[in-house]
Amino acid sequence: MTHNIKEIDAKGYWRDVVRLTLSLLAIWFIVSYGAGILLRSVLDQVSIGGAPLGFWFAQNGSIYVFVGLIFYYCRAMNRLEKKYGVEA
Amino acid sequence: MGGEEFWTYFWVILTFGTYIGIALWARAGSTDDFYVAGHDVHPTVNGMATAADWMSAASFLSMAGLIAFMGYGGSVYLMGWTGGYVLLALLLAPFLREFGKFTVPDFVGDRYYSTTARLIAVVCALFVSFTYIAGQMKGVGVAFSGFLGVEFNTGIMVGMAIVFVYAVLGGMKGVTYTQVAQYVVLIFAYTVPAIFISLIVTGNPVPQLGFISNVKGEDISMLEKLNTVVTDLGFLEYTQTDKSMFDVFAITGALMFGTAGLPHVIIRFFTVSSAGAARVSAGWALVFIALLYTTAPAVASLARLNFIDTVNESTYIASDADYDTEAAAIVAEGGKPIPKWFKDWEKIGLLEVTDKNGDGVVQYRAGADNEVTKLDRDIIVTANPSIAGLPAWVIGLVVAGGLAAALSTAAGLLMVISSSVSHDLCRRTFFKGMTDQQELLTARGAAAGAVILAGIMGMNTAKLGFVAQVVAFAFGLAAASLFPVIVLGIFWKRMNREGAIASMLTGLITTFWYIYHFKFVDTDSSHWWLGVSPEGIGFVFMFLSLAVGVVVALVTAPPPQDIQDLVEDIRVPGTRTPHGIADAEMLPE
Repeated sequence: MTHNIKEIDAKGYWRDVVRLTLSLLAIWFIVSYGAGILLRSVLDQVSIGGAPLGFWFAQNGSIYVFVGLIFYYCRAMNRLEKKYGVEA
Repeated sequence: MGGEEFWTYFWVILTFGTYIGIALWARAGSTDDFYVAGHDVHPTVNGMATAADWMSAASFLSMAGLIAFMGYGGSVYLMGWTGGYVLLALLLAPFLREFGKFTVPDFVGDRYYSTTARLIAVVCALFVSFTYIAGQMKGVGVAFSGFLGVEFNTGIMVGMAIVFVYAVLGGMKGVTYTQVAQYVVLIFAYTVPAIFISLIVTGNPVPQLGFISNVKGEDISMLEKLNTVVTDLGFLEYTQTDKSMFDVFAITGALMFGTAGLPHVIIRFFTVSSAGAARVSAGWALVFIALLYTTAPAVASLARLNFIDTVNESTYIASDADYDTEAAAIVAEGGKPIPKWFKDWEKIGLLEVTDKNGDGVVQYRAGADNEVTKLDRDIIVTANPSIAGLPAWVIGLVVAGGLAAALSTAAGLLMVISSSVSHDLCRRTFFKGMTDQQELLTARGAAAGAVILAGIMGMNTAKLGFVAQVVAFAFGLAAASLFPVIVLGIFWKRMNREGAIASMLTGLITTFWYIYHFKFVDTDSSHWWLGVSPEGIGFVFMFLSLAVGVVVALVTAPPPQDIQDLVEDIRVPGTRTPHGIADAEMLPE
């Protein structure tokens, strides 16, 4: 619990974490509120296996992306922690 | 019912025996074990337990039925109850784990150096959890009384006794490992009928793919066919909704942010060993949840299709007639008899037919000539295997799955209630000198008391029938009162005690008032503000609560240096050290 004796660039690390978080939240917003709600009627003109695309994003697609987002976040955070010498 | 009844007993006894066995094996020896399962649960195991904890009787029994009749409008549940996990993983779970204590009020009270803030957080946690648990107990009662033929109240008491054993003895440790078993039971019970049904209708065994496939042997996709069938009967297209876009947006938001602010979900991430493990664990939790949540829309659409197919234009058979003889006679004449399962649910009062035109045939329509005059949406998941004509062992399995979903969520909620009383109220507020052993005893007592109280609430809500409505309270309040102060506490160092108290009170009071007013006083939906339903209002007031918090914090003194150092520590994994006023009473771990 005393790793902060070692010099860590905490400010740089946090800036990178916030940037990563915001870009992933942008994707989170686009696939759910964007594709599934706001742009649904536009996307619905395209179909995926007979399902209107906007409808499919709202009921299935956004959930797959959510899962992918969290695991990508885990990997990206591990990389950041290695870069800054932070011990998770 | 002979075969079905045998299999129902078989599955229920087998699964309950397993839960009790696990509880006896995983007993809690310390407060650490009792509240956070010793902080050493494997991330994948915790993910599975979180999934069972999260998916309640509502997810398992009610959701697909709601979607089946709401069509696109049901998407709010699908996106809302999964998207919240992205917020948990990115904004809350790893930082709260790094903070290193037991409960949500621990964080609020210590980060905002205030007993008042702690007490408000306790009130929110208790309110949300009790609202929720009454619904679970009601689910247990319905499942037992509907399938095992026992009294509703007896069913609740059996459920209470089971939860009592593993929550009171095992604490979080016992709850965690029984939840893992319960997850396996519930996901098996949900997906097996879905696979069968998808195979029958679309020829594809994967429900998620059947959802976007053609109807077997026809040149039209399943959803297009459903759209045609429902519009022919006068209903709105399945892939459309009559809700306004803004309301869909707001409800999805309230459910997402509410999910991320629910104490019984957040505390699950205190049970793993580190911030990194908390992130991975949130990912696994969503994988296990997504298995059910991506299956649900397939189940919903296929069930709607099957329901119309088997019920509409079928010849009615009176309840006092011999079903099998009559049905055989109708078939011999080339007609379609009303299904047997329909008669079973009609007896319990969940379905009702009125032969308005006196032709002896059931017409299912939108509008005044509809003859299915009562249709309880909750029957869809439970009746689904019978609707599709699946074997008796599958039908029995669904009951065990529903009970697993209700019991696992009830147990998770009991842990929040018990720790709120023994830890937040007793140890951290009113009796600060308590020893670990005294606190453990109080925690067990509080869990026992909460089981009994929840059971009594479950028995009474059955009469009031308002569970579905008060659930809106839980999500709205979590989104508007708890979520903003936790996120600001991590991401904005300048956030202080005054801002936190103002923010929580704003969210709590406005959301409570709006939901109460428009659910119980003025039920006219044209009076809603900006057309936002009570289910979605938590999302709107969350922004108000954030704004009030920020403004009040800016016009009052910044938090002490100790607190600002603490915030820096929880942002960077592995750097957490004790900081004066925040950790004087209780050291982080």
